[in-house]
Amino acid sequence: MIFSVHVDVQLRAGIADPQGATIERSLPTLGFDGVDGVRVGKSIRFEVDATDEQTARARVEDLCDRFLANPVIEESVITIRAETRAST
Amino acid sequence: MSPRVGVVLFPGSNCEQDAIEAITDLGGSAEVLWHGDATVRDVDAVIVPGGFAHGDALRPGAIARFSPVMGAIGEFALAGGPVVGICNGFQVLTEAGLLPGALQKNRGLKFLCTTIELQVESVRSVLTKSAHIGQRLRIPINHFEGNYTCSPETLAELRGDDRVVLRYVDNPNGSVDDIAGICSVGRNVVGLMPHPERAVHDLLGSTDGVPLLQSLLSAAAIPA
Repeated sequence: MIFSVHVDVQLRAGIADPQGATIERSLPTLGFDGVDGVRVGKSIRFEVDATDEQTARARVEDLCDRFLANPVIEESVITIRAETRAST
Repeated sequence: MSPRVGVVLFPGSNCEQDAIEAITDLGGSAEVLWHGDATVRDVDAVIVPGGFAHGDALRPGAIARFSPVMGAIGEFALAGGPVVGICNGFQVLTEAGLLPGALQKNRGLKFLCTTIELQVESVRSVLTKSAHIGQRLRIPINHFEGNYTCSPETLAELRGDDRVVLRYVDNPNGSVDDIAGICSVGRNVVGLMPHPERAVHDLLGSTDGVPLLQSLLSAAAIPA
């Protein structure tokens, strides 16, 4: 089965985010007031071929832990959806 | 015989020749270690140089840590061999788990290319043992992601074990506790953002990198 995967990599709570801080600081000068708590992360999408969702998730979790996120400063939220495709 | 220093070359490294030149100038012998070869041969010390290993794709060092040479460097470090990561090399060593913490984008998102002042905080490391505590060194920095970050527990450990070896006098990038360089528990693995190999000759504007690289050469001369 093909699963479409979305990994949202975010800095852990409490880790300073220089990009988020820079964006947040620039917002009032652009006329956007009242925006708070800007955090910048990465959004990574791909497909995984696995027998079932549990297997797919285990593989993606391993991939996140070892590569896509740096556990020292980042955490990842994984969304997995079975792909339904018209057969070709 | 002069100590043999292996300088790792990843696709995208760009400071390996500077490191080789500096080591050779100081009387060592230096050779390139290709990232794709799973060996450090018989070198006495390893330098992981600056640059953009594997284009810094995903995160600096994220892909480099999977290069075949890294397993050999890990074993070499475990056996007590001296390993120094400079700039991108520091990032690679943290990603590989040979040093704790991580390097984030600089505070203010500024790419920094300047000469800064460092203070030697510990001489108990392979990179600082020929320096003295409190010594001020003028060394170039050249980085976008040099903002050292770690958990409060790791920071307490680093400080408690005297493993913060270099601090910025005037913190340029937001690094926690002004940290410019740290060492491993065994004190044989050191990572730093500044470039001592670019401060080894009057023509370069500073010779303050000499005591650091000489420390490495003298550490390399002692069998691990």
